[in-house]
Amino acid sequence: MTLPTTVAALSAGLAQGDFSSVEITTAFLDRIAAGDGRLNSFITVLPEAALQAAHAADERRHAGMAGPLTGVPYANKDIFCTQGAKTTCGSRMLDTFIAPYDATVVTRLNDAGMVMVGKTNMDEFAMGSSNESSFYGPCLNPWKTSCVPGGSSGGSASAVAARFIPFATGTDTGGSIRLPAAYCGISGLKPTYGRISRFGMIAFASSLDQGGPMATTAEDLALTLGIMAGFDSRDPTSADVPAEDFMAGLSQPLAGLRVGLPREFFDANLDARISTTLEAAVRILESLGATCREVSLSSTAYAVPAYYIISSAECSSNLSRYDGVRYGHRCKAPKDLADLYQRSRAEGFGAEVKRRILVGTYALSTGYYDAYYAKAQKLRRLIKEDFTRVFAEVDVIAGPTSPTVAFGLGQKTADPVAMYLSDIYTTAVNLAGLPALSIPAGMVDGLPVGLQLIGNYFGESRLLNVAHQYQSVTDWHARAPALES
Amino acid sequence: MTQWKPVIGLEVHVQLATHSKIFSGSSTAYGAAPNTQASAIDLGLPGVLPVINARAVDMAVLFGLAINATLARRSVFARKNYFYPDLPKGYQISQYELPIVNHGRLLLPRPDGSHKQVRILRAHLEEDAGKSVHDLFPGSSGIDLNRAGTPLLEVVTEPDLESAAEAVQYMRMLHTLVKFIGICDGNMQEGSFRCDANVSVRRIDDTVLGTRTETKNLNSFRFVERAIQYEIARQIEILESGGKIVQETRLYDPDRDETRPMRSKEDAHDYRYFPDPDLLPLLLSEEEIIAAQAILPELPQQREIRYRTEFGLAPDDAAILASEREIAEYFECVTRLTNLPKQAANWITGEVFARLNRDEAAFAPSKVTAESLAALIARVADATISTTMAKQVFDAMWQGEGEPDAIISNRGLRQVTDHREIEALVDAVIAESPEQVAQFRAGKDKVFGYFVGSVMKRSRGKANPQQVNDLILARLRAP
Amino acid sequence: MLEAAEVKAIAKLARIQMEPAELPAMVEQLAGILALIEQMNAIDTTDVEPLAHPLELPARRRADVVTERDERTAYQTNAPETREGYFLVPRVIE
Repeated sequence: MTLPTTVAALSAGLAQGDFSSVEITTAFLDRIAAGDGRLNSFITVLPEAALQAAHAADERRHAGMAGPLTGVPYANKDIFCTQGAKTTCGSRMLDTFIAPYDATVVTRLNDAGMVMVGKTNMDEFAMGSSNESSFYGPCLNPWKTSCVPGGSSGGSASAVAARFIPFATGTDTGGSIRLPAAYCGISGLKPTYGRISRFGMIAFASSLDQGGPMATTAEDLALTLGIMAGFDSRDPTSADVPAEDFMAGLSQPLAGLRVGLPREFFDANLDARISTTLEAAVRILESLGATCREVSLSSTAYAVPAYYIISSAECSSNLSRYDGVRYGHRCKAPKDLADLYQRSRAEGFGAEVKRRILVGTYALSTGYYDAYYAKAQKLRRLIKEDFTRVFAEVDVIAGPTSPTVAFGLGQKTADPVAMYLSDIYTTAVNLAGLPALSIPAGMVDGLPVGLQLIGNYFGESRLLNVAHQYQSVTDWHARAPALES
Repeated sequence: MTQWKPVIGLEVHVQLATHSKIFSGSSTAYGAAPNTQASAIDLGLPGVLPVINARAVDMAVLFGLAINATLARRSVFARKNYFYPDLPKGYQISQYELPIVNHGRLLLPRPDGSHKQVRILRAHLEEDAGKSVHDLFPGSSGIDLNRAGTPLLEVVTEPDLESAAEAVQYMRMLHTLVKFIGICDGNMQEGSFRCDANVSVRRIDDTVLGTRTETKNLNSFRFVERAIQYEIARQIEILESGGKIVQETRLYDPDRDETRPMRSKEDAHDYRYFPDPDLLPLLLSEEEIIAAQAILPELPQQREIRYRTEFGLAPDDAAILASEREIAEYFECVTRLTNLPKQAANWITGEVFARLNRDEAAFAPSKVTAESLAALIARVADATISTTMAKQVFDAMWQGEGEPDAIISNRGLRQVTDHREIEALVDAVIAESPEQVAQFRAGKDKVFGYFVGSVMKRSRGKANPQQVNDLILARLRAP
Repeated sequence: MLEAAEVKAIAKLARIQMEPAELPAMVEQLAGILALIEQMNAIDTTDVEPLAHPLELPARRRADVVTERDERTAYQTNAPETREGYFLVPRVIE
């Protein structure tokens, strides 16, 4: 049996009876067992539960009840609550936490018959751009194991890139799907805020967090987004928009497509080789019928500072619930309540999480609120208005996902600000709540380069269409790293 | 001697009578075993999200209309951040900068018939915290989160109240109102209606407000009164001896009848309020407000006035009949059916209330329906039975024996009004009592009662007393 | 400029124990982050309304229906210390 590595091919093979879910699940589990010792892309692998689910999927298929994705294995970022299996969020704080419920996303994927094989590594509480803040150790980039996979959904990106799994879920608060997708040479989509339920997805910054699919191809993103997306009454910010078939528009030609290239995204921060690579990608879009023009998103220059204030403020409050009382890490022999809180939290949280909690606490405290939080929220409006203006003239915005390719392990851990600047092209999208994806568009120094495409609100279909058309004439997405063992 | 003027503002926490919590589908029923009504959302488990209860919003709107307030077309939930074990998320969701109800008022009647206006600055929606139990486990406090997430409407006055008595009057009036419009069960023992009192004192000729203290969690009218009285006296004593009032949070201890500073509130707080990023702004439409207006009942104060002016009821009767919605509606229904408001009032405040007191029961209109009581009153009015008989019939009705007409006929209580029948009885008594006839005719009026009594006795109480009176008089006066 | 005492106070407010040895590095890192953040001041935001949510939608309300049942046992399996259904913490004095 040759094991296909796209969701689409696996789905077709299962439908044709080329293999069973148990067979392919076993094969992917074997790959993980063989290779993940090197990459550390999983926090938890669940072979028994996976095989049981695979068996159930095969029975469902025999009963004629299979959906298109029934029996296809996948992994969840360890930020999604999974009933009965550990959900750590990459933190010591939740090292022993077993969620008593499934996140809505997990329910939807499992109900479709997909087979969860495990939980992927991530930056602690999704705070990070390199996956180095995980309590479970850094995850590595399969293209070059001395490099980071990007973060925070680094485990999902690394596992998909290494073909350990055809598809994994991720979350993106400031670039956490797109950045690791770019660094690992896979396709990753951050949908419109509200498109995918946040219920059961452990909060980092509530007004920015959005779950999304990570896979090798845009077609796979479309297939899986169709399952993940949808209104959820348990999520107060869930968008009540009609269900869509994201596959329907994939093959639409790009003739007449208007692409905006933001001047501010092709600035001095951008590695010149990435710039050249992306110019080639833009020419390919033009060859497919798109017209490209320069646009300006001037306020996005302030996206990173605004993002760090808003996300840190929200996280400082969201993470107050980890107090060692009802669940999570509790320090030994607390002498009083204050001691219980302060030591449990000091021991349970890592350095980056603490920094952000402190920044957020500071930004919200008396005397600083207006200068920091209120100011950032005003910038947020200006950034949103910038996009609105540009989307009056173009259909999608194209640019780099990150100013560099994957950087070396430990290269930026000592300097949080340098780390934050990896996100200069991604955070504005979260502040505005827009959909965006990253697809591989070339290689620099043997490492993948990501092309970021940003769409208008609920314009995922168009984005996936552009990405799919691009992938129909290029093969960057099909290239897999040769994992040194 | 310096004259001191107390300045009092109240923050009353009105627990809204919803079935489920403000942000989760947990029951709000009182008295469950610890943590059995605390869902994942109430516990603040990772990944859970709050969704606002529509009924809590409806109730806030109704309250806003009842106090003539401005309803915010857009209100915003914020997070109040602080750490405490009964606060599971480390923040309380509460409306802060933009509350749903703004600038209302209540008018407190004064003995002279005028009114004192108490301005209500705001009323905002928020979630309640859980409960800590300190005396159950040695060295530990137990946390019960059943109450966490219970919907509250916090009603905040301006510092318009000037005495403990006035504060209690306001609180009673608010209590009557929230029960009347059906947004709160008013049960103070269970904490459904509790109060924080902000108290300061200033010299009578001083315009600057004094430093205030906040006394928390006063859950009875008496405690409110005692705590405020204690605070006023304490503050005056400190100021007169040259001391300064410390702005602090205090707790009233009913056993010692004193207030003392709260240890847990010693740290200066920085609540770091900010708009809750999980919750979108709450918008009210004009249609929704108009619809609420349509279901807002006529309020106790207006009803009371109407019962006095339109029905001519005594002030006490008017007040008591207007104080509870079910009673008011019952009274009005009986009145509508009989067109006899005074009789209706007498029956309800007399017979109905006496039996409720005796049975220690709460008013329930189903015991004797308004229709049944109206029918009984009608039988008195049309002289089918006497008032005395009617009370017997009412007793039977109270015992569940059925409708008045059936009871009257089953028990043969119908009043004799047939002129000839009564005439025969009167004639017989007169014929048998020559002595008494002579006495009466000699001017001894008192003997008249003997004739009435004897006739009624012969009729076994059923003769119409008025007719009996008239006939006896006619006969005795006849030459 | 951010002072060590200020960072200590913030850490206390956030209930995170901060050892004296950790403090200097934390002060330096936070100062760096705040310097990045203060780039915001370069842009004039007078008369701009703050934006709290990306999609400016109104709150959706749920019907007042009890949908939860007692799941105390399941929820307390993750709890560090419980007794008789209560979560336990070191004794609190009110």
